[in-house]
Amino acid sequence: MKRILIIEDESALQKTLGEILTQEGYETISALDGGSGLDLAKAKSPDLILLDLILPKMNGFDVLTNLKKDNTTKGIPVIVLTNLEGVAEIDRVISLGATAYLVKAQYSLEELVARVKQVLDSPM
Amino acid sequence: MGTSIGTFLIGNRYVDDPIMVVFIVLLSAAILFIMAFFITNGFEKLAEANRMKTEFVGIVSHQLRAPLSNLKWSIELLMSGRLGKIEEKQKEYFQILEENSSRMHELISDLLVVSRMETTGFFSHKASFSLIKLVKETIKEFDIFTKSSNIKIDFDYPSKKIDTLADSPHIKLVVENLIDNAIRYAKKGGNIQIKAQARKDKIYLEIKDDGVGIPKNDQRYIFQKFFRAQNALKHQTQGSGLGLYIAKTMIEKSNGKIGFNSKENEGSTFWFTLPLAHKS
Repeated sequence: MKRILIIEDESALQKTLGEILTQEGYETISALDGGSGLDLAKAKSPDLILLDLILPKMNGFDVLTNLKKDNTTKGIPVIVLTNLEGVAEIDRVISLGATAYLVKAQYSLEELVARVKQVLDSPM
Repeated sequence: MGTSIGTFLIGNRYVDDPIMVVFIVLLSAAILFIMAFFITNGFEKLAEANRMKTEFVGIVSHQLRAPLSNLKWSIELLMSGRLGKIEEKQKEYFQILEENSSRMHELISDLLVVSRMETTGFFSHKASFSLIKLVKETIKEFDIFTKSSNIKIDFDYPSKKIDTLADSPHIKLVVENLIDNAIRYAKKGGNIQIKAQARKDKIYLEIKDDGVGIPKNDQRYIFQKFFRAQNALKHQTQGSGLGLYIAKTMIEKSNGKIGFNSKENEGSTFWFTLPLAHKS
């Protein structure tokens, strides 16, 4: 079973994402802030990370930078899931090595699940 | 300077004492200087307040997006039946929730676009793209709405490839707004005719509907922020009144022009021009 780490400070959103991804047959683990998300990524080696950008303790940009610096986590695909939609943020996140950038307001849950499947099914 | 010379000449004519003339000139110059200072300062404060207001709208709109995303995805999960079967009666109310959360999303998106346009001067990335392809894709996206309202959209365009030079996401927003308005204010079973043409060094696009039209008295305000025509309010309660303001700003930033012709109860034709990528 593939494991997905959700780093999201909105607990309601975390619950909804966890529910639908579990129903789709994935194991989900979650963190409510950037620091514990990074620790969890290192400890549990997930197959995919869903990462919010505005997070307490450590923001999503720093989490991504640290993930890509560490040999144990740098190969994990990261989908950034945020409500920020500035060109500067998108460019920064992609240059830091994120696999995809999704604006929450523009995606339905089903579209998000489809994107998750696509990333997990694509060869590394 | 002119006023000081004027004061000097008048003073010189009616006052004998030259020291008094100099005093009057200096006094009038000082009064003018103080007045100018307060007026300039007032304008600067006004501009600053306006900038802060726009920034505030931007921050609030962004903050509102988080709870709305929660709401949207929770409703979607409930309506999908993944958490249990939904009764027909419940479904109706979930649909009301869904529609209203979409409306709030649209309003917030419009507010964010306007806030960005007014605070950062709007970042624009111009590149060559096919406006015809963009219009075709947009028409397709509205399929579900046109079918449910029995509205027909015709698109007439030249077979020759014509590309425009602009920021395509911005122009997409303009086309979406104009088609959305044409559908919103159309009569059931109405027609929308879209036409694209190459005209000298420009591409011309018009969107014509046979809907409710815009009353003559309202026409001069139609591109103003938050303005909605009287009959539009009666016909459709939804709408932020920002769509046409956004469209106008984006077209003008892309070195184009935008305008319309309309007659109440007969329909409206909105048009815009954009520069061609390669002059034909």
